[in-house]
Amino acid sequence: MIYIRLFFEFCKVGLFAVGGGLATIPFLSDLGSRTGWFTSGQLADMIAVSESTPGPIGINMATYAGYTAAGVPGGIISTLGLVFPSLIIILIIAGFLNKFRESRVVDAVFYGLRAASVALITAALLQVAEIALMNHEVNGTTQLFYWPAVVLASVVFVCFSYTPLRKIHPIFFIAFSAVVGIVLGM
Amino acid sequence: MHILIDLYLTFTKVGSMMFGGGYAMLPILQREIVDNKKWATTEQLTDYYAVGQCTPGVIAVNTATFIGSQQAGIAGGVAATLGVVTVPAILILIIAAFLSSFMDSVIVAHAFSGIRACVTALILASVVKLFKGAVKDWPTRIIYITVLLLAAAGNFLAAPERLALVWETITSPVFLVIISGIAGLAIRSVQRSKKGGGEE
Repeated sequence: MIYIRLFFEFCKVGLFAVGGGLATIPFLSDLGSRTGWFTSGQLADMIAVSESTPGPIGINMATYAGYTAAGVPGGIISTLGLVFPSLIIILIIAGFLNKFRESRVVDAVFYGLRAASVALITAALLQVAEIALMNHEVNGTTQLFYWPAVVLASVVFVCFSYTPLRKIHPIFFIAFSAVVGIVLGM
Repeated sequence: MHILIDLYLTFTKVGSMMFGGGYAMLPILQREIVDNKKWATTEQLTDYYAVGQCTPGVIAVNTATFIGSQQAGIAGGVAATLGVVTVPAILILIIAAFLSSFMDSVIVAHAFSGIRACVTALILASVVKLFKGAVKDWPTRIIYITVLLLAAAGNFLAAPERLALVWETITSPVFLVIISGIAGLAIRSVQRSKKGGGEE
């Protein structure tokens, strides 16, 4: 039955992709060529869609592939399949951590882990910054910095970190920037 | 409001604002979970991200599962997870019906150039906050710089041909997180034996 297959195939993707959305891409591309549920062109489109809608690429791709294979129920079942393995694993880890919350060993491990976590987020930030702010093509020539984006990002950062505007919810900054992007034709 | 409904609705809200993937969720989580709901501190959020990065699955979903289960056990984890995927799944089902026209729209492209710049700034603001909570002394500074250099090198530089496997391993988040955990354990026990002289 197609629903059961969708569930288990996306379970596998969810189980093996470690390290976030982009890590799912090789597994998804393998899945597409094995099952014919979606083409590599559709996968590329979906990566682009994921960059422009809320939601992680893995989730988006599961929903989309499930939908193309078996309609709306297929989309829902694939999405649940993708999150199922990590749900179980995280619940186990969370239970374990609760039990040993006061443990000195857990505290020492997180002392190191936390610094690494922030470093990994910083590395991801650099990637986001490169896509958003750099190597922009203007009239056929590539410029190192895309100045309108750099200025917009600087304004948002200063307002969100150092002015009373920091009380405003981040989603309003996102909406504001979408309008700026449209008005300036960025 | 019942805690499970509260978890589901809060994470539905977070999921609907998560433009740009798991890391873009960070500023939203800081506002909704740390500031508004007080379900976690900034330090705990960093811990959950660390676990989310080295366990299978999508970081955003893993973090939601973690926070949910800390608030209300297994049912809480499930509620938060379902919440965070609800809006993205519905949106994709709608977009799937007219995929190409959405992507070809010039207005959408301009809007997202602006959004990408904004998300960069918001993540930077979050990183500054997390950094203050996590990197406080010399050992953590050294861990931070080492992990950042290796992870960034893995992202931006191509692997040397002969060492591709080694390169991919030492720059992978899983490896870096595990090694840093071990380093934390080692550093703390050295500090403790210096201070206490092993009296514990």
